[in-house]
Amino acid sequence: MVIFEKSQSGRCATAQVPAPNSTTETLDPVWLRQDKPVLPEMSELDVIRHFTQLSQKNFCVDTQFYPLGSCTMKYNPRGVQHFAMQSAFLQHHPLFPTDSAQGILACLYELQEYLKIITGMPFVSLTPMAGAQGEFAGCAMIRAYHQARKDNARVEMLVSDAAHGTNPASAAMTGFVVKEIPTTQDGDIDLTALQQLVGPHTAGVMLTNPSTLGVFDRSIIEVARIVHAAGGLLYYDGANMNAILGRVRPAEMGFDVVHINTHKTFATPHGGGGPGSGPVAVNDKLRAFLPIPIVAKKIVAEKTEYYLWEEEDCPESIGRLSTFMGNVGVLLRAYIYIRLLGEVGLKRVANYATLNANYLQQKLQEIGFTIAFPQRRVAHEFIITLAKEAKTQQVTALDVGKRILDFGFYAPTMYFPLLIPECLLIEPTETESKQTLDAFIAALKIIWHEIQHSPEKVCTAPSRLACKRLDEVNAARNLDLVWHEKKL
Amino acid sequence: MTNIPSEFKYTKTHEWAYRDEDEDFITVGVTHHAQQRLGDIVFIELPEVGIRVHEGEEFGVIESVKAASDLYCPISGQVIAVNSALNANPALINQHPFDAGWLIKLKPDDIADLDELLDADDYAAAVEEEDSD
Amino acid sequence: MPYIPHTDEDTAAMLQTIGISSIDELFSDIPRDVSISSLTGIPAGLNEMAVGQLMTQRASHVEKMQCFLGAGAYEHHIPALIWDIAMRGENLTAYTPYQAEASQGTLQLLWEYQTMMASLMAMEVSNGSLYDGASALAEAVLMAVRLKHKSNHPVIFVPTTLHPLYRRVLTTLLQPQTITIVEIPYDETQGIITLEMLDEIARAHPELTALIIPQPNFFGRLEQVDALTRWAHAHQALVIGVVNPLAMAWLKPPGQWGDKGADIACGEGQPLGIPLAGGGPYFGFLCCRLQNVRQLPGRLVGRTQDKAGNVGFTLTLQAREQHIRRGKATSNICTNQGLMVTAATMYMSLLGPLGLKQLAQTCYQQCQFLLTQLTAVSGVKPLFVGPHFHEVVLQLPQAPQKVIALMRAQGIFPGLDLEKWYPALKNTLLVCVTETKSEADILTYVRLLSQSLA
Repeated sequence: MVIFEKSQSGRCATAQVPAPNSTTETLDPVWLRQDKPVLPEMSELDVIRHFTQLSQKNFCVDTQFYPLGSCTMKYNPRGVQHFAMQSAFLQHHPLFPTDSAQGILACLYELQEYLKIITGMPFVSLTPMAGAQGEFAGCAMIRAYHQARKDNARVEMLVSDAAHGTNPASAAMTGFVVKEIPTTQDGDIDLTALQQLVGPHTAGVMLTNPSTLGVFDRSIIEVARIVHAAGGLLYYDGANMNAILGRVRPAEMGFDVVHINTHKTFATPHGGGGPGSGPVAVNDKLRAFLPIPIVAKKIVAEKTEYYLWEEEDCPESIGRLSTFMGNVGVLLRAYIYIRLLGEVGLKRVANYATLNANYLQQKLQEIGFTIAFPQRRVAHEFIITLAKEAKTQQVTALDVGKRILDFGFYAPTMYFPLLIPECLLIEPTETESKQTLDAFIAALKIIWHEIQHSPEKVCTAPSRLACKRLDEVNAARNLDLVWHEKKL
Repeated sequence: MTNIPSEFKYTKTHEWAYRDEDEDFITVGVTHHAQQRLGDIVFIELPEVGIRVHEGEEFGVIESVKAASDLYCPISGQVIAVNSALNANPALINQHPFDAGWLIKLKPDDIADLDELLDADDYAAAVEEEDSD
Repeated sequence: MPYIPHTDEDTAAMLQTIGISSIDELFSDIPRDVSISSLTGIPAGLNEMAVGQLMTQRASHVEKMQCFLGAGAYEHHIPALIWDIAMRGENLTAYTPYQAEASQGTLQLLWEYQTMMASLMAMEVSNGSLYDGASALAEAVLMAVRLKHKSNHPVIFVPTTLHPLYRRVLTTLLQPQTITIVEIPYDETQGIITLEMLDEIARAHPELTALIIPQPNFFGRLEQVDALTRWAHAHQALVIGVVNPLAMAWLKPPGQWGDKGADIACGEGQPLGIPLAGGGPYFGFLCCRLQNVRQLPGRLVGRTQDKAGNVGFTLTLQAREQHIRRGKATSNICTNQGLMVTAATMYMSLLGPLGLKQLAQTCYQQCQFLLTQLTAVSGVKPLFVGPHFHEVVLQLPQAPQKVIALMRAQGIFPGLDLEKWYPALKNTLLVCVTETKSEADILTYVRLLSQSLA
């Protein structure tokens, strides 16, 4: 039942409503609404039951292995949540003077410093509120860079054909014409094609490394050389940083600008669709254009004081991306996570994320699944393709994903990257034990057997969940987006 | 009717164009191959009657659950009719891509432009090449 | 190893399965000359207890003050159950509900949110959230421009009574587009924009794409939403309402403005159960007419059936979004503010239409009570004539710095000095009073303000 069906007119959680006071002051009716909006009328007990029951229908990292490629669904340490939600932080108004917020600003300043070390880039801004906003900021900074040099011919942004959809979308939102660079059979960027595509029209190239194909592009130094020689800048999509923490940095690879997904690499919780945050880090070329505000530090009478650089301090900045300081609560969580792991802990992340992915790939290959790049070492995620099974058994990647749900695991990412047909992109992350991986492998062994001998079990999945496969065509053809009271 | 009828002309982007004998307009739609790849069509965005469209230019969007593809104009001309039945029933495109699922009728600038399009055999070859990729 | 469960035996067994002898071999593809070996400068890790102590110490360096400040972020009582339930693992650690069958909780909640938000705005549809109010407004402008796609030179009228930081964000996010932003100055007596001013500015910009109308505006004043909406529609322009969602439970909502209603409604959802939290995370909402739903950015949840005929919920119209439409998507947004929407939905459910209305009215009355008490303080009065919601600009007899410093020393932050944002508004303070202040709190405020001015 939806909540509106549990509603009873006139019911109210009266403990939550402010007591009526003695004032009779009110506005003239011309300003007021005369109707009652469609909001539930419930007791507090009914509300808590409804939403608790709803939550129990969700798969989540706290209850299930969640090998969602590209999303880095690692454990979200509970301590991080607790410490980030102290009342002093939660009660702080963003427009209180900075001298009253020193505790918050100290954490954010140090986070900026850590991200500089982690990316190898000397300058950071924390304000983008998600990876996509970080991408927008990066593209806008690249645009500002060329405009400052009065180079108005650079209207194209190149993205890998394996790129996450936000890359071309962000580039388009920033006014660029988007062109795609093909990938080779081996999973590396096609250098010949790249050389042909870059030129005086190239503002920049957006890549990630390892790529969305799960492999490290070995020619990245050459890619950077080609792009820079043509006068373009190189953008790093930080979605896959979990694979390289402490091993290699975007700076050494030749990138000029990076965004980080704190809700991936730095374990800030995914929240059912956010909030995340997408800090950006740049080298000297783009320093002047960083979005504001940026946390700064000065020494006054031997005391450290944190404050904010705003419009006056950063006259060439691309400006503000959010009303205040971005997703401060999320940034605090990223800070706390880094303090928990420390240098050694951060370096272990890539090691064990990569170990887990390679182990899982090896085992799935032994079962019989087709690996997308059997000749390559994979990074922190890998791809299996069901293209053959789709032809011979009429079992698709979607079917397999739904059957995995029946075994109590969340499905891997499906049909991304677009280059590999019928693919599942699997990212175990470093916080999963060998026992969990072995349980997943055992389930996939059963599913493999079903694909060969009883494919209908896979094609009709999920069958063990309360919710069966949904009619998405109907959902799109007959839009039912809001509840309406049925009139008798 | 076969999946690539021989009386029709085609584009590499999976539109078809058909001219009835002696008519001075053409009808445009998407092929069986296109609707099969898209899956169940949920929505179609078509141009207004009267506007001019140019060869190769986008004239609308065809949307399924898993994709939204641009529709490319086969030859330049003026839109003289759109298939309004598709508003309530976009499934017509899946069921009858070559007749009841037609998209627009176009008065071409030059009817000879039709000859530049692919014939059924060439289109069949293009589809086969695409499928084997 | 914190959060990494592998024992030495596990690691050895896994290396053997892969057929290598060390983890380092996994990284053989990384060219040697770009590899690094350490992250010098990252401090050594701390265990949970030590980090907790560190963060407690950091929290102690955040000054707690009684808040009479609004300006886009509002303090309201947040019922205890909201964050208890929002922080359940099933809400906190779930991800975007792409696998609908495994995410019915998230999806149903979003569908219920869509219903509540759309109705609160008196609009037909709502999306599943954007980052914050300012970026939601930018998306609303981009949507309005797409809807009027015949215009080659879109022009947007932006009142200077719109939050100054929203105007800055609009400039940044719309920079790459060829959209002209024209500012509409406000009437200095009334603190709102007027039809006369619109008429005058429209002479230089005959083709207008959209008019943005804030309600209430940054000064807390109520704009003439009906007249402004009719004016915009008479000029073939779309109306984008930027509103306080709590206020809309009591005030006339955008869908009821003028004769046809606003075309798009958006704003900041923070007042609905989200803590101030130093500025974020909050969430932005965006609502529109059903006929324009395909131009609405962000996620949408639709109700449908599953194969067994049971009611179910799924993301729909995904073909508009970045992961499918890529460069031609309605927006690049992927991760939004899901957890904040979860909290806001529970908040709206708990208070209901009557509770929210009463709350909005109480906030208004609190502010009126403050004004009544302030009549006894010489030299202090509301700067603008006309109805307000819960915020008001006070004219002071002197610059506010001293008042702010003295009241702050007493643990009260009295309001925002507006001169930085509006250079003409010298000696002013933007003050907000919500239900969180008792009558005694307000009387104390008045007393301390009076003393500080002496």
